[in-house]
Amino acid sequence: MSILRLTAVELGKKIKDKEISVREACEAVIKQIEAEEKELNCYVTVLDKEAILKKADEIQAKIDSGELTGPLAGVPFAVKDNMCTKNVLTTCSSKILGNFVPTYDAQAVINLEAAGAIVIGKTNMDEFAMGSTTETSAYGVTKNPWNIEHVPGGSSGGSAAAVASGECIAALGSDTGGSIRQPSSFCGVTGLKPTYGTISRYGLIAYGSSLDQIGPIAKDVTDCATILEAIASYDPKDSTSVKRDSYDFTSELTGDVKGMKIGIPRDYLSEGLDSEVKEAVLGAAKALEEKGAIVEEFDLSLVEYAIPAYYIIASAEASSNLARFDGVKYGYRTKEYEGLHNMYKKSRSEGFGPEVKRRIMLGSFVLSSGYYDAYYMKALRTKALIKKAFDKAFEKYDVILSPAAPTTAPKLGNSLSDPIKMYLGDIYTISVNLAGLPGISVPCGSDSKKLPIGVQFISNCFDEKSILNAALAYEKTRDITYSDVLVKGDK
Amino acid sequence: MSRQYETVIGLEVHVELATQTKIFCGCSTKFGGAPNTHTCPVCTGMPGSLPVLNKQVVEYAMAVGLATNCTITKNCKFDRKNYFYPDNPQNYQISQLYYPICRNGGIEIDVNGNKKVIGIHEIHMEEDAGKLIHDEWEDCSLVDFNRSGVPLIEIVSEPDMRSADEVIAYLDKLRLIIQYLGASDCKLQEGSMRADVNLSVREVGAQEFGTRTEMKNLNSFKAIARAIEGERRRQIELIEEGKKVIQETRRWDDNKEYSYAMRSKEDAQDYRYFPEPDLVPIIISDEWIERVRKAQPELRDEKRLRYKEEFDIPEYDADILTSSKHMADLFEETVAICKKPKEVSNWLMVEAMRLLKETEKEPEDMDFAPENLAKLIELVGDSKINRTVAKEVFELIFKEDIDPEEYVKEKGLMMVNDDGQLRSVIEAVIEANPQSVSDYKNGKEKALGFLVGQTMKEMKGKANPGKINEILRELL
Repeated sequence: MSILRLTAVELGKKIKDKEISVREACEAVIKQIEAEEKELNCYVTVLDKEAILKKADEIQAKIDSGELTGPLAGVPFAVKDNMCTKNVLTTCSSKILGNFVPTYDAQAVINLEAAGAIVIGKTNMDEFAMGSTTETSAYGVTKNPWNIEHVPGGSSGGSAAAVASGECIAALGSDTGGSIRQPSSFCGVTGLKPTYGTISRYGLIAYGSSLDQIGPIAKDVTDCATILEAIASYDPKDSTSVKRDSYDFTSELTGDVKGMKIGIPRDYLSEGLDSEVKEAVLGAAKALEEKGAIVEEFDLSLVEYAIPAYYIIASAEASSNLARFDGVKYGYRTKEYEGLHNMYKKSRSEGFGPEVKRRIMLGSFVLSSGYYDAYYMKALRTKALIKKAFDKAFEKYDVILSPAAPTTAPKLGNSLSDPIKMYLGDIYTISVNLAGLPGISVPCGSDSKKLPIGVQFISNCFDEKSILNAALAYEKTRDITYSDVLVKGDK
Repeated sequence: MSRQYETVIGLEVHVELATQTKIFCGCSTKFGGAPNTHTCPVCTGMPGSLPVLNKQVVEYAMAVGLATNCTITKNCKFDRKNYFYPDNPQNYQISQLYYPICRNGGIEIDVNGNKKVIGIHEIHMEEDAGKLIHDEWEDCSLVDFNRSGVPLIEIVSEPDMRSADEVIAYLDKLRLIIQYLGASDCKLQEGSMRADVNLSVREVGAQEFGTRTEMKNLNSFKAIARAIEGERRRQIELIEEGKKVIQETRRWDDNKEYSYAMRSKEDAQDYRYFPEPDLVPIIISDEWIERVRKAQPELRDEKRLRYKEEFDIPEYDADILTSSKHMADLFEETVAICKKPKEVSNWLMVEAMRLLKETEKEPEDMDFAPENLAKLIELVGDSKINRTVAKEVFELIFKEDIDPEEYVKEKGLMMVNDDGQLRSVIEAVIEANPQSVSDYKNGKEKALGFLVGQTMKEMKGKANPGKINEILRELL
């Protein structure tokens, strides 16, 4: 079987068993990038080939000497371009950071590299993670490997497309309102957003600080659990980092759902949900029921308030988080200007794209004096109520099952002209961020256009184990799992 | 002027806390250093960096709050204050608006025996900004982030002060409390304590406050007093002319003794405050408050009382000695060595205060070793040097921190207590001044003083005047 079709864990094992060398693994991925990248545009930056191979040899030596024994040692990874990487361009797919080379690594990247993974490039994304299609990138759109006329989803579209196309073995993404789960669903891969506070945000360029969370995008559930285990850590540099009782996410991975109580929010199955998606998702529920899970529908409530609350909170935080990009210290500065104010104005006007400007304006507005209580405070209260609604649901259910997105991937160029419609596409993922919960999207078939569909599993805070087991149980019921992931030229 | 006006003043006092490291990162707070050497990704606002709160900042803020009778906010939070300026690397300042750490306190001041409590509305924690340097030569501006992230507390008073004297008394009391706590050195000139003055005037008896202005750039007590007088006059003149006082921020120019409008309320910025999402709420338990309370050092009022009782020092002296924490420390350390509180107090009260005035220095600037003052006091006590020599030596200790024993030995300033030598000099003086001798014998006591002086001159000041007197009387 081709190297590119292996999961990260399978490849890691073959490297350990000396069936495949680290250099061979990296060369296979580089070759795939050379073949596909021109069309798909998954990356903003691919590292220099020689540098990757040199790193591969170093890792190989450490594996040979027994210094590196973990399951991910030697596996080529892609990292979303909003995570700082020392001495490697980090742009957030924005012109304003077009020349920004950090002097430090994000903690998640440090952890990933400590596990022996090899970072081969930085993936394309919606500018500052604002978008659902990867079309707001300043460095061109990324195309869906399943059908290049469609978007890969977003904002971690580059990571999801790279995993799907074999331009990497696995990747890191980030999820503020669904930015891991939705593109994973659109690209037919598996993506996990852990409980808020599980993975350090240090070095993740903030969009909505209270919602942002890094997570893995990979070929299957076992990969996601294994990568999570490698990158999760308590980090004193991130005050919102949580010291968890255990960072073991793999040893209880059994795929056993006998007696597991699974709830499907009735509110999620109504208006706006594509019928093919609905059918596939309910099919997944049925498959789990057959494996012994108890599945029923229930009313989650408050669903219609999640999107407005999210866009107020995330935009408010973003308007402040993005204030530092001003042309003074780093990044883009306009060529000609008169005085400080004009320099700020021109640098930011020229450096940010329209979706980012829209959210900065929205965020600045909702925080303005006189509007703060009506918008921001109300949104925070709504957030608390949504958390309560989930708390109530988890008194009864171990796992909530839902679609990851209401449709499959839309065609390129169809989304940005109607932002409200685009925002509504986040309906099933956003509440999970507002409540700080873990969620995972797993492929569950495809529609008549042969575009992938994803089913989402949600569990209570710190209970990744339940969704990982539900997702794994479902994955096992399918004839084909990751091998239906498209790898061009290797069918 | 026919109408009588009352001045209403409230203060916003910023104090730089004496922590080793910055409020949200591990960088040094040391003053000076080449530009941008005490910096890291956090205090330069690099993308992806995150703040981590320095616990010492919370403890200092709590200590100041407890010493000023505030209530500690048990669930306190940070907020972001958003504004664009190049010295502010994130373009927001992490501060506290909604849940400041301390609230509803007050301290008692005493102006010429009139006691009054000045209310403290709140104390909040925040970070300092960097410093802009304008390079005229290159026609550009540079920014130094060494100060960026240095911890500050802002102490906001109620509008309870009515005169410059009350303002100075309040500031002085506040400064002493904070110095005694060790939370800051509170130097106005160096900017570790900064006061903004909110001032309005109203007719005596009026219920409503007048429109206030906020005055900035006040870096000495004298400048504050002048600025209050100047602003009071300006506002009264406006009212008398039938004009309106505009709510605005003004900058005081102490050289011109005039303030200039910086920005009015209309163009005041909307800071778009919101809770800082990168920091978690600070939960302050009763146990923590008690721990901080128990660790409080002796404050000025207690110390003053103790000096009176323990050392039998007059109230006035105890007042001066404790008027600076540094002076009080120097006093106590010297007393601990030489066990002569009255002597130590005298040296500090008289000679040290005189020299401070002469050299235009603050008590904080005295940097001699208590050992040296103790040695000087012993030299005098053992009659090894006389008072005149001792004063000279003290000046050298004050200025150069010399070792008095070595100095006196080196310069041969030890008093001559050898009776034989002294006796022969006195005999020679008697011989040479028959007129004075006969004047003395005729009852002119003054003549004896002249003979003592002559003897001292011959001895080059190294004789014990008491001894000279004794031998002179005997010989005459």
